Amino acid sequence: MHLLYPAVLAALLFCTGLYGVLARRNAILVLMSVELMLNAVNLNLVAFDVWLRDALHAGQALTLFTIAIAAAEIGIGLAIVLLVYRNRGTADVDRLRDLKESAAAPDPDHEQKAEAAA
Amino acid sequence: MTSALVTAAQPVTTHGFLSSSGVEIAFLLVGLVTLGAAVVTVTTRQLVHAALWLVVALGGLAVEYLLLTAEFIAWVQVLIYVGSVVVLLLFGLMLTKAPIGRSPDANVPNRLPALGVAAAAAAALVWVVADAFRTTWIDLDGAPQGTTKVSGEILFRHWVLPFEALSVLLLAALVGAVVLSRLRNQQEQQEQGQQEEEQS
Repeated sequence: MHLLYPAVLAALLFCTGLYGVLARRNAILVLMSVELMLNAVNLNLVAFDVWLRDALHAGQALTLFTIAIAAAEIGIGLAIVLLVYRNRGTADVDRLRDLKESAAAPDPDHEQKAEAAA
Repeated sequence: MTSALVTAAQPVTTHGFLSSSGVEIAFLLVGLVTLGAAVVTVTTRQLVHAALWLVVALGGLAVEYLLLTAEFIAWVQVLIYVGSVVVLLLFGLMLTKAPIGRSPDANVPNRLPALGVAAAAAAALVWVVADAFRTTWIDLDGAPQGTTKVSGEILFRHWVLPFEALSVLLLAALVGAVVLSRLRNQQEQQEQGQQEEEQS
């Protein structure tokens, strides 16, 4: 099989995930896009491992490690997203602006947060 | 003599630029389905549908692993991604009260910069990859590269230490998720207790 098929598919999947990370507002949809990017990398690892016929099968071992780390990441990420949702009542990543520097614009979330804290 | 020449020339002549062997056709078709499902995942406005299309994309990738003869990774992909990660994502969607129908605010208002960055990255990556690996073929004949036997041997002979470190990492992630979920409850209880004290 031509190496271009998996390599190009992985590149396109990665860019699809990149678009999702940049264009989505809901934090869980951002996590889904991150999963797509990780899977594109996994496909690259497997394809190059099979192409190089590595004696240690480093690509496949690294793929398994990536899958496990992605599972851990999705668990922690979802816990954080749920915590943010319980604290703020929203999971939109572009409404979490506590670290924004300019204090000129009044923050609509700040009042909700103050109410929740009170 | 001639037979030796023919067999020596065989690897060159059997590779056309786009040789249409059965595996390649299957890989191409499954790849198109996977890519389409991924595009729908990042563009649909129905949140639950996005998770379900993600199942199609990840399952398609599992089939691609099978076609690349990495059987063990394919089944691990089905087990972990399709089995647990998507279920976790669906739970997350439901716990954050995701609307079932269309949600108009699933995307940022101005998506053109995201589209531009993604298109530029895709063009650059595909160009570089196609230029670098134009004349490279994967030899899928012979013994499969990723049977469970092979994967187990390499994993527990050469990669034992990273494997054990990974188990520690998974344990840390598990404890971290539990702590993240519990802290808030204690705080809430303390706050409620304080409020009750203030009221009384």
